[in-house]
Amino acid sequence: MPKRFASIWFRNLLTDWKAIRQAGLKGKAYVFAEPDHGRMLITALTNEARKYGVTEGMTVADARVIAPDLQVFDGKPGRNLKLLTGLAEWCLRYTPLVQLDPPDGLLLDVTGCTHLKGGEKAYLQEIVSRLKAIGYDVRPAIADTIGTAWGVARCATSGLIVPEGEHRNALMPLPPSALRLPMNQLLKLRNLGLHQINSFIYIPNAVLRRRFGKDMVLRLQQALGQEVEYLFPLKEPVPYSVRLDCLEPVRTRTAIEIGLNDLLERLCKRLYGEGLGVRSAILTWYRVDGKNGHISIGTNHPSNRTQHLFKLFFIKLETIAPGLGIELFVLDALKTEPVSDKQSEIWSAGGGADSEEVAELLDRVAGRIGTAHINRYLPGEHYWPERTPEPNANFKKKPESEWRTDKPRPMQILDHPERIEAMALTPDYPPKLFIWKGEQHIIVGADGPERIEREWWLEPGEHRDYYIAEDETGRRYWLFRSGHYNAENNQHWYLHGFFA
Amino acid sequence: MTATKEEIISKLRQDMIRWEGFRPPQPGTDNDLGLGPVAAAFQDGVFPTGAIHEFISNCPEDTAASGGFIAGLVQKLLGNGGACLWISYTRRIYPPALKLFGVDPDRVIFVDVPLQKDVLWVTEEALKCEGVATVICETKDLSFTESQRLQLAVEKSLVTGFVLRKDVKKVNTTACVTRWQIRPVRSQLRTGMPGVGHPRWQVELLKVRNGRPGNWTVEWKKQNFQTITAPQLTEEARRYA
Repeated sequence: MPKRFASIWFRNLLTDWKAIRQAGLKGKAYVFAEPDHGRMLITALTNEARKYGVTEGMTVADARVIAPDLQVFDGKPGRNLKLLTGLAEWCLRYTPLVQLDPPDGLLLDVTGCTHLKGGEKAYLQEIVSRLKAIGYDVRPAIADTIGTAWGVARCATSGLIVPEGEHRNALMPLPPSALRLPMNQLLKLRNLGLHQINSFIYIPNAVLRRRFGKDMVLRLQQALGQEVEYLFPLKEPVPYSVRLDCLEPVRTRTAIEIGLNDLLERLCKRLYGEGLGVRSAILTWYRVDGKNGHISIGTNHPSNRTQHLFKLFFIKLETIAPGLGIELFVLDALKTEPVSDKQSEIWSAGGGADSEEVAELLDRVAGRIGTAHINRYLPGEHYWPERTPEPNANFKKKPESEWRTDKPRPMQILDHPERIEAMALTPDYPPKLFIWKGEQHIIVGADGPERIEREWWLEPGEHRDYYIAEDETGRRYWLFRSGHYNAENNQHWYLHGFFA
Repeated sequence: MTATKEEIISKLRQDMIRWEGFRPPQPGTDNDLGLGPVAAAFQDGVFPTGAIHEFISNCPEDTAASGGFIAGLVQKLLGNGGACLWISYTRRIYPPALKLFGVDPDRVIFVDVPLQKDVLWVTEEALKCEGVATVICETKDLSFTESQRLQLAVEKSLVTGFVLRKDVKKVNTTACVTRWQIRPVRSQLRTGMPGVGHPRWQVELLKVRNGRPGNWTVEWKKQNFQTITAPQLTEEARRYA
């Protein structure tokens, strides 16, 4: 399919924006000015201000002389880029490939998009009328190359839609400024009397290059389609993406649910056909007033089941604020993975259906509390108690070694061992009593010590001598002494856990 | 005439049990959780699966004992497959210890809920899921309505739920089928041997629907519950005592 590009030129981007924001400015002469070397230079102005003879780059003081009722607003560098980014995002409803074209334009790759709106003419008309309704004065053009579309939008008086293969003819009557050239070259061309492109288009490239440099030849060739020019889209297009254009703006929850279901059904059908499943997806909505938002979900294992994905979105659905209505939904599958037809078993004894149900349950829970809070542990090859259970996020992984049962371990463990006062009379014997939280426990039975050395390659510190101690009421504790016994009575005893 | 009356009454009793959410054990399933004499306290002498059981604990030592008792029950429940979820707000359970009670720690999914109010939401979602065998929920408060919701969830999915309530200040009415309190008691070794013996608990069944509450001393030994009937005081022990 031959490529088609659209260029949208915002004639008065900043001043139009001001008029939208501030009522009553429409039709007035006003300018934006920015400080430059101690004076205020005009950076953007309205058509009304132009009528007085005010131009860009004029100082505000000079402009005030020729236009007494001129209003001056402070300009901010980079504001136009911010505005263009917002407008480019708005334009994503017309094509997925939009590029910013600073200082005051957008470039759209409209290949294969125009028929959705009933042809190129209707397509451009819709963009223009919608932007006009917002308050922007725009001139668009469609052509085979980016360069021609750019030039036609800015310099042509008519024929904004250049038919296929006609871009060369369309360029002929345009002035050299249609070629995106720097000012010094334009001046040089004007001094030489080359007022139209057709007056130098036949000059051999080698001559042009010698006179004007290689950039000019490149621009000319790009406009003519002899040199490839790429568009750098604002957003990387997602391979698995479905869109839902609403005939009427959607406002109710029921309608949003129906829309979401429709999107998911289409996406899942496609993914199913290719043997893929969603790992993470994002639903973006575009409101009539230009605002947008998104909700994202993630799954533990690739899924292409509509009901399951719907449930995951359903939990977050209340965050959608439809406002005056939503006109477009886009569902992107950001990450996909192949689905194994044979459901691998998570739990050896459980059936296949079980594991899928559980995985879906975990997805729902993760949607509410976050994935980081769901843990599963495998036996870690460490003696140090804090590291023995090794967190593992992969629910399909089987333990590589056995859980050890030769040494008893407490049912409850404290995150940080708590300091206790203990009285041990004999070296390397369990303490006789200890005081924890102000309560005295007299030890009547104990096992130990079990010495656990610190893993010096991971962290420095003392070893621990663990004792299982039972007090007179039968409560069983896991105590340890940090480091060796010493008689000076400055041993450090800790409580680390409770046995069942 | 009297015989028919008795028949009607027993029939009514059976119906009422069914209306209360009890189901006769499905044929072919092994519902014996190895509780031995403790099981006699339940309806038909079978531990009610597919129901909510409440455990009360006041201190971390009791929580550890309850955890051990629950793990012993879960061991048998997981034998038929399915997953086990351990849902808590502040978790202190040490996974490797579960192995000593016959539960493979890698089969248990620990959900550490960051907000306390989400604990019961996650529990209810988990109890509704039929692929789950058991759900253990550590929480503090459980109101009557909340317990009703949990009980309704399991009546459909037949998941067995354990609610372990920590630091209970006031025991309120709940819709749970049983209420237990497990406390550690002194372990016994062969006379004259030093050290700590097998885990031993005072198991109190405070409340049971259609059953008889009771009080037992239970020991966990050789991967099974062993009920200690009478104080074992042999001749030899008397001599050393």
